[in-house]
Amino acid sequence: MERKTKVNAEAGKQDILITREFDLPLELLFKAYAEAGIIEQWMGTKVLKLESKKHGGYQFETSDANGNVVFKANGVIHEFVPDRKITRTFEMEHTPFGVQLEIYEFEELTDSTSTLSMHVVYESVTQRDQLLKLPFAQGLNMAHNRLQDIVSKMK
Amino acid sequence: MNLRRDVFQALADPTRRAILLLLASQSLTAGAIAANFDTARPTVSKHLQILTECELLEQQQNGREIHYHISATKMKEVADFIEPFRNMWDDRFNKLETVMKKYKTNK
Repeated sequence: MERKTKVNAEAGKQDILITREFDLPLELLFKAYAEAGIIEQWMGTKVLKLESKKHGGYQFETSDANGNVVFKANGVIHEFVPDRKITRTFEMEHTPFGVQLEIYEFEELTDSTSTLSMHVVYESVTQRDQLLKLPFAQGLNMAHNRLQDIVSKMK
Repeated sequence: MNLRRDVFQALADPTRRAILLLLASQSLTAGAIAANFDTARPTVSKHLQILTECELLEQQQNGREIHYHISATKMKEVADFIEPFRNMWDDRFNKLETVMKKYKTNK
């Protein structure tokens, strides 16, 4: 079976390319990145601020079940072209991973399918490798799993 | 010791990657490996030591000579290294797809 999400991270380089084909029309795929309420649903994080426009900024925050903040991220939007491209920075606060540059390109495949390619450039090879080695059961995924718990309880 | 981290650091060096490439098709002695590089012999030895320590290379005694060859198992592990990261994004994108499909239906 072909994998839907592909990650290309070459040794010794400071970037990563993530690509994914979606069973969604381009417009809906883009919307998932442009609207705060929708980002909250699939990222499992609270969106404190999102200005989807050139020179806009955003802030995400995730708390655990006890209300302690476990994840804070922010960035600025450098380029925002509806249904085509978002260029933004991303920084996880209180971590040694620095600021990363994220270039999202959205493309239509058919009326009902689309692709996203996400090019992430890190400050250094070391930072990229550290981030790749993060135990993903923690941190980012924790919020994610919590959301899954909530959703499954709602059913 | 975090072995996986060491493997990744070992691979980040271009000379070490070149050594692995050289050994992909054959097993060689330290001297034969060094002959392929402009780098000083002790430097190549150091690289071989690092690659051996993180188990990317294995040593085999052939009479008086020691031959180096690639550990296929370890290389496979390195290839799988990115898997947790890929899985995280796959999960997340699956969720995005589900959320947006619902969004479409509710519209």
